[in-house]
Amino acid sequence: MKKTLKFLREHKQFTFFAFLAFLIILAAIFAPLLTGGADPLKGSLTDALEAPSKAHIFGTDKMGRDIYTRVIYGARASLTSTFGVVLLIFLVGSVIGVIAGYFGGVVDAVLMRIADMMLAFPGLVLALAVAGVMGASIRNAIIAIVAVNWTKYARLARSLVMKIRDRDYVSAAVVTGSKTPYMLLRYMLPNALPTLIITAATDVGGMMLEIAALSFLGFGAKPPTPEWGYMLNEGRACMQSAPWMMLYPGLAIFIVVVVFNMLGDSIRDILDPRSE
Amino acid sequence: MNKKQIFRRLAQIVIVLIGISFITFLLTYLSPGDPVRNMFSATGVMPTEELVQQTRDELGLNDPFLTQYARWLTNCLHGDFGKSYSLNKPVVDLLAARLLPTLKLTLMSLVLMLIMAVPLGVASALHKDSFIDYVCRAVTFVGCAMPNFWVGLLLMLLLCVKIQIFPVIASGGDFKSLFLPALTLAIAMASKYTRQVRTAVLEELNQDYVIGAEARGVKRSTIIWKNVFPNALLPLITMLGLSIGSLLGGTSVVEVIFSYPGLGNLAVTAITSSDYNLIQGYVLWMALIYMVINLIVDASYVYIDPRMRLKR
Amino acid sequence: MLKIDNVTISYKKVPAVLDFSLDMKPGQIISLVGESGSGKTTVIRAVLGLLAGGGAITKGDILFDGESLLSKTPEQWRSLRGSDISMIFQDSGAMMNPTRKIGSVFTEYLQTHEKISRKDAWAKGEEMLRKMRLPSPDNVMGSYPFQLSGGMRQRVGIAMAMTYQPRLLLADEPTSALDVTTQAQIVRQMMELRDTYGTGIIVVTHNLGVAAYMSDYIVVMKNGHIEDQGDRDHILHHSENEYTRTLLSAVPSMEREQGGEKDV
Repeated sequence: MKKTLKFLREHKQFTFFAFLAFLIILAAIFAPLLTGGADPLKGSLTDALEAPSKAHIFGTDKMGRDIYTRVIYGARASLTSTFGVVLLIFLVGSVIGVIAGYFGGVVDAVLMRIADMMLAFPGLVLALAVAGVMGASIRNAIIAIVAVNWTKYARLARSLVMKIRDRDYVSAAVVTGSKTPYMLLRYMLPNALPTLIITAATDVGGMMLEIAALSFLGFGAKPPTPEWGYMLNEGRACMQSAPWMMLYPGLAIFIVVVVFNMLGDSIRDILDPRSE
Repeated sequence: MNKKQIFRRLAQIVIVLIGISFITFLLTYLSPGDPVRNMFSATGVMPTEELVQQTRDELGLNDPFLTQYARWLTNCLHGDFGKSYSLNKPVVDLLAARLLPTLKLTLMSLVLMLIMAVPLGVASALHKDSFIDYVCRAVTFVGCAMPNFWVGLLLMLLLCVKIQIFPVIASGGDFKSLFLPALTLAIAMASKYTRQVRTAVLEELNQDYVIGAEARGVKRSTIIWKNVFPNALLPLITMLGLSIGSLLGGTSVVEVIFSYPGLGNLAVTAITSSDYNLIQGYVLWMALIYMVINLIVDASYVYIDPRMRLKR
Repeated sequence: MLKIDNVTISYKKVPAVLDFSLDMKPGQIISLVGESGSGKTTVIRAVLGLLAGGGAITKGDILFDGESLLSKTPEQWRSLRGSDISMIFQDSGAMMNPTRKIGSVFTEYLQTHEKISRKDAWAKGEEMLRKMRLPSPDNVMGSYPFQLSGGMRQRVGIAMAMTYQPRLLLADEPTSALDVTTQAQIVRQMMELRDTYGTGIIVVTHNLGVAAYMSDYIVVMKNGHIEDQGDRDHILHHSENEYTRTLLSAVPSMEREQGGEKDV
């Protein structure tokens, strides 16, 4: 406990943004408390497109739903899908990269050519195609983004593993009869882990933006689920009459991405003090 | 890069393209939607079960997977990417018609981006840790965290709805309709590039030749503008190439916001109407363009940087 | 000609050179000898006004021809560099922009110090290379720094530095990156400069052999201060200083020193 406190005091930036991130996660979990039990899915059409007021501090959308409530509930979809994506690309990428780097040869060549193919798709093209072909849903959007982004982690893990594969202590372990799975877990993974964690931490914000972009295009969350990207899409249609519909969900994305980017940067500073 | 390397890269591109064609074909083959029903529903006809089966036979959709793939690939190689179900036109024609607007948008946004990023990045580097530097870093940080579609919507709200100097729908081909989408893309990219320019200039400033020039009494301004600056821009060329490639395919979001008639918008239409031929054609074309641009950039880099050209 | 008066140089408040003094006459060759980190390079960088990141002279003064360099404006100091005071480096080729040809770097340098057309400057550069007996000067002018051998690069560096016949030449480890034969050539060429143009030279080197061969006066530095100093003969043969003696015993052979003895 004392150690934790000391750590937090020494890394003020990390502490501050970890605290903010924690607050955001709490807001998502305790959304019903924060919104006084209002229903994010239901509204009365008589209240449609109301400007921000005391009753609806962020205004209402064209179905009369309270935007504030929807923004708070929207954190759930955004956060879970973002963490899901980051966790998945981290796992898939690292495992493939470690395997390619450790075994080399044909395995490496095949895996890396597949990675090359993924890289040959510019920007969102592949994600759009995957999401489009499989149908619009949050799950498919996650799969699409993972399919595009795992290569970065795979390349990273591969190069890190290849760096230590030929070290003496590794060869010694092989000679003394260590089994392959043990080698991978005991030596290869721990070596690649810090760099991969840094990458994952700094990627959270970017992934959130990609998911929001897919949702915005209508390939992510399905209505009436509150999700920030899709709310912006709805807001776009009513921009002239109800600009608040697009203002607040966008602001929510922006703030959350800032917090997680800063958190990622401070995690990088702690784990890897060399880089700027 | 010599001829042999270029040739090897071309061979690599062909292999990757075949892989990509396989992936895209597999993707659409496995997809839950039925293209025949989609085709009919697009024309507003409610087909009978027999009609569906008959059409499937006609289109060869009942053949084994590999046969279908081989037939499709052969057609592609002959430049025939099939017909778009939803728009009822050859895929190639549709793509070709949309390529130019997207190309215009891409180039315009790159120009705008460079106008913002280069001066900011250079100023930030030359006055490292000064007030200007902190402001630049804060601005780029904010820029990186803003979803570009939100930036687009905000610009639209401000300049089209409130002040009304630009049209809300940017479907015309003129400068006015091009400007806002391009600006939106440029703002998102400028943040990334400003940081990049700053790092590159700082790196160049730390090179030994700067001290050498100072020891020869060369003026600071000459050192910066005739030596450091051009050298710092060299690595940007690679980045610009990658950006052109990804912009050509990845402007969907901005094109949709501004109803801009480009490739990205076409792709979204294709996907929402499950127009598989169009999706396949789009993905293949984009991958091809992207890889060719990267090849050109890498090859041209060799001619720009004497170190790459003359060293073995 | 050059008087360094009790100078202390600090990087971010940490002193790197303490109370350094040196009095140099025109045409003298002085060596600063010491291990890396002894502060010898810092001293000559300070004379040029080119201390790296955060370095500053916190005490003392540097006088050139009786005028304080420290009280000059940056612009006045700059115009001295490359004309009255020149510098050559361990690898002069690395001190030139790698994306420009030697001729282009040379021209830029000449155009800084005199009003001269690009064409004339190019010709003058070529002439200077010829004077320093570089083979095929036109070829050298059209080459990039990395295309030349280490020895050639160093001679180009010397040629540039000598263009305006400076009265003071600062040389930072000028032979350390070269093989033995080339080292000898460069050392001899530098000694000729003094004989022909009367150039005073300060050589910074960790190689006591080189110092012994070419200098009139030797300053031994350690941890930022002067450990020992004196005429060449004194340092080589009569020094009581323990550190100097350790350095001397580390020099593998002193044949060159014997060769040089004749002209003392």
